[in-house]
Amino acid sequence: MKNEYAVILVHSTSYALRIEKFFKNAGILCKLIPVPRHLSSDCGVCVRIAQSDSNAALETLETAQVEFDGIYNI
Amino acid sequence: MIYFDNAATSWPKHPCVAEAMAYFLNNIGANPGRSGHRLAVESGRIVYNTREAVAELFNAPDPLRVVFGHNVTEALNLALQGLLRSGEHVITSSMEHNSMMRPLRSLEQKGIEVTVIQCSPEGFLDAEEVKKAIRSNTTMIALNHASNIVGTLLPIVEVGQIARDHDLLFLVDAAQSAGAYPIDVQQDCIDLLGFTGHKSLYGPMGTGGLIIGERVDVKKLKPIKTGGTGSESGAEKQPNFLPDMCESGTPNTVGLAGLCAAIQWVSEKGIDNIRTHEIALTQQLIDGLKDIPNVKVYGGLDANCQTATVSFNIIGMEPSEAGFRLDEEYEVLCRVGLHCTPVSHRTIGTYPVGTVRFGLGIFNTIDEVETALSAVRQLANGAKS
Repeated sequence: MKNEYAVILVHSTSYALRIEKFFKNAGILCKLIPVPRHLSSDCGVCVRIAQSDSNAALETLETAQVEFDGIYNI
Repeated sequence: MIYFDNAATSWPKHPCVAEAMAYFLNNIGANPGRSGHRLAVESGRIVYNTREAVAELFNAPDPLRVVFGHNVTEALNLALQGLLRSGEHVITSSMEHNSMMRPLRSLEQKGIEVTVIQCSPEGFLDAEEVKKAIRSNTTMIALNHASNIVGTLLPIVEVGQIARDHDLLFLVDAAQSAGAYPIDVQQDCIDLLGFTGHKSLYGPMGTGGLIIGERVDVKKLKPIKTGGTGSESGAEKQPNFLPDMCESGTPNTVGLAGLCAAIQWVSEKGIDNIRTHEIALTQQLIDGLKDIPNVKVYGGLDANCQTATVSFNIIGMEPSEAGFRLDEEYEVLCRVGLHCTPVSHRTIGTYPVGTVRFGLGIFNTIDEVETALSAVRQLANGAKS
């Protein structure tokens, strides 16, 4: 099966790490990866999740009230 | 050797602090928040976990509003220089350390008005006096939580409520109290809490920071330094979000690794237990000093109303001589003089001579206090009065 991922872009690494904690608690698998160049010129990291987890991820972010810049399929 | 200089910096540290720092240097070492590789992420995780540990300890709701810096001095400078504007009025006390007083005095040159509330000779502050000093242009109350010379606790809960009632920002300098006395930024109505890592949090030097509450308008906050943050790298303009906007330059990650371990250790030990231990030793020290003829003890003389810092003088002996002889002849290490706080010494009546200061900590014992008391007794016996 092909892995289909989405990435959540954030202001900075601190935000990515905060999100990682909330996802861990919510049982959403995630990995911090360098921001894909075509999405942003930022040199930091973003949070990669499975596309199938996108809705659960967005719900978790809303409950946790963590700011993020956007979610993109890659 | 007896180390009674914990008010300057705590020592020893629990071995877990050095272990965490060595682990970082030997196994992680990368720059946090810059590159995206696994070690950089792990390094960032250490910094983030430390933010969470700090937020949890002081009950701050958002770890991303914990801004790290080198020490509490940097934190207070950020709060004062970053938020006060010409024409605004700030209220402070006559028990402040120069880390508060000097930034305020330099801001006075830039058109900020400063009122210093006179404290009692024991170092106590009447919260009502703060209330009376509020003017139409007052925007902030900036207070030391505990005196660095006599340990006296200032009434931050009462003043916090006054600040909230008058819609003022409340800045607290917790240099001497963070880790030694329970602080809850939400319950105590603290909008800005400056803390240092190397005193009662038992972490390494070069760590500290500012907790920035929700009532602080981040749009109004001017960083005191600008530069690389690892975020918004394509922009030449400083980022406008916390914590990055106030944390330019590579942070002291090795120090923060140590601080994180130290905070966990303090939390496990329990601030209430630490406080109970320190109250017992402090009262033992105060009572013992009071009983020595020729010794004058300063402050409220009640350990329940202060931290574990006690100032005294041997009549007829300069503090510098007392400190030197305590070290040379009795191996009791303390700090003498003005302790970077001329205004406090004026308040308690010891300017410009200063005092001998014993700063106790969690690792000190009843026996050490007894030995130090006996040393002071011998010195006082020999002093010319």
